Amino acid sequence: MNSPPGLPIRALLRRWFRRYGQILIALPLLLALVVLAFGAPFFLGHDPNRVNPRVKVQSPSAAYLLGTDEFGRDILSRLAHGARITLLVAIASVILAAVGGTLLGTVAAYAGRGAETVIMRTMDGMLCFPPILLAIFVVTFLGPSLLNLILIIGGLYIPRFTRVVHSSTLAIRDIEYVESARALGASSPRIIARAILPNILAPIFVQASLAAGHAILMESGLSFLGLGPPPPTPSWGRMVEQSGRFMQLSILPIIWPSTAISVTVLAFNLLGDGLRDLLDPRLRN
Amino acid sequence: MWRYLLRRVSFSIGLLFVVATLLFFSIHLLPGDPVLLILGGDSAQPSPEQIAMVQAKLGLDRPLWVQYAVWLGRLCRGDLGRSLVDDRPVARDLANRLPRTLQLVIPATLVATAAGVSLGMFAARRRGRLADPIASSTALLGFSMPTFVVGMLLVALFSITLGWLPPAGYVPWGEDLSGFLRHLILPTLALAAAPMAITMRMTRSSFLEQASLDYVRTARAKGLTEPMVAWHHVLRNALLPIVTVVGLQIGGMFAGAVLVEYIFSWPGLNTLLLNSISTRDYPIIQGVVLLAAVLFVFVNLVTDLCYAVINPRIRYE
Repeated sequence: MNSPPGLPIRALLRRWFRRYGQILIALPLLLALVVLAFGAPFFLGHDPNRVNPRVKVQSPSAAYLLGTDEFGRDILSRLAHGARITLLVAIASVILAAVGGTLLGTVAAYAGRGAETVIMRTMDGMLCFPPILLAIFVVTFLGPSLLNLILIIGGLYIPRFTRVVHSSTLAIRDIEYVESARALGASSPRIIARAILPNILAPIFVQASLAAGHAILMESGLSFLGLGPPPPTPSWGRMVEQSGRFMQLSILPIIWPSTAISVTVLAFNLLGDGLRDLLDPRLRN
Repeated sequence: MWRYLLRRVSFSIGLLFVVATLLFFSIHLLPGDPVLLILGGDSAQPSPEQIAMVQAKLGLDRPLWVQYAVWLGRLCRGDLGRSLVDDRPVARDLANRLPRTLQLVIPATLVATAAGVSLGMFAARRRGRLADPIASSTALLGFSMPTFVVGMLLVALFSITLGWLPPAGYVPWGEDLSGFLRHLILPTLALAAAPMAITMRMTRSSFLEQASLDYVRTARAKGLTEPMVAWHHVLRNALLPIVTVVGLQIGGMFAGAVLVEYIFSWPGLNTLLLNSISTRDYPIIQGVVLLAAVLFVFVNLVTDLCYAVINPRIRYE
């Protein structure tokens, strides 16, 4: 983009912030989360699962930076361990959904009418179930565990990726460079991998960032209902639920995990919005 | 219009058929013997009589395609089977619970739509001033907060700290209307928060997109007042994407109601579902999930029809 000569620095900064602002807010938040998740054992020094009845429901202090919960466990340490669960579920399930959706979406766009109808109508059908109900339905039979949670949430988001990939692939399937690859005798898998995929990565990345936010909402919701990884694994949703039972004593133990979930989802949403604005040239002005 | 209606209705029926098929085969697709799963997972040691009882009740002793045909046939007559726990018809349980879930979803839809559209217009008309970024950031925060967090925070503030409203429970409106309303306020707000934020964002961007078009300048040039331009010209054209979003939100609220009913001990469909999970009452679980999907498809159908009524271009496609 050419800036007209003599454009004041402030206007440039404003334009720069408008374009990258959301991403600039999101990335430090996510970085802080990663540091908290993996650095906590080194600088906190509390066992997140150690029950200590003598320090039940304490206010924040130098020893317990965010206070303790109703079992005398250090809330900050539990938040930090919960962050690992949250990040693990979000990233693993989104990768699963993105890979599955990309495969199904390109196959639907390439393998002819029959496969397309079966795949896309199945996806339509899956999208008819409110996702959390479908998740509850499956968890009931598979049992609550971390791996099952990842598989279920990943599976639930496959239809969204399939739709995005399917429509993006259809949009560029007949463009000249794809046609020339075909004319040179490239096989369909090769065309998909070399000509199509690189050109539909942008919408997949945007979708992935937004889906990560959704995955966290889903994970914490299921944990809140007691369908997440079994205790004593500290997951944020379960922390909210358990502290809720002791709301009469103090509402602080609810505020912390609630804030953690909301800020993390917010960061992924900002990242997704920012990426979409950045990668979609039509929205630029 | 009639051809469009016919096409959309038959598409929805086809979709419901796919939904029912997916749901029927789901229990067979999941790993493990469905009977053992229902009788308590890997750890349980059910007696042969129990196994035979569940098999006979679910018809699992017959070939798969016979089961499927029988199941579909019953479904068309509204027979969803009987509860494994107390042998009551599932359809009757669902009929008892559905109105109570609707008592949450309908007020929440009204609140979310009214507040979302007015806040969105408010923000759009104050673009470039301080009120717009404040409203927009609040909306972004609003749909980043999980429904259960909003619910718990509302309880913490209005029930525990201020003591204004009951923290949970349900009173039928036939018995005590003011009690019903007092119990309704917090769950409605919790359920409406995220849809309101999404509606607000959609209204704002749709409104701004329309406001930059030529016909708006024409309307201003011929001397119409600003509220007249905003309400009569811009909003009418901005309404299309808003209707779609509101429709999607209603579907989403049936999902959000799972958590809201749990927090506020609201005896609706989802509480029935969560109770049935602990007893592994498969016919009820299946019934609730199916009903939710039917409602979802129905809401989408109505949304599409509203869309066609508002936008003549779709009708004559």
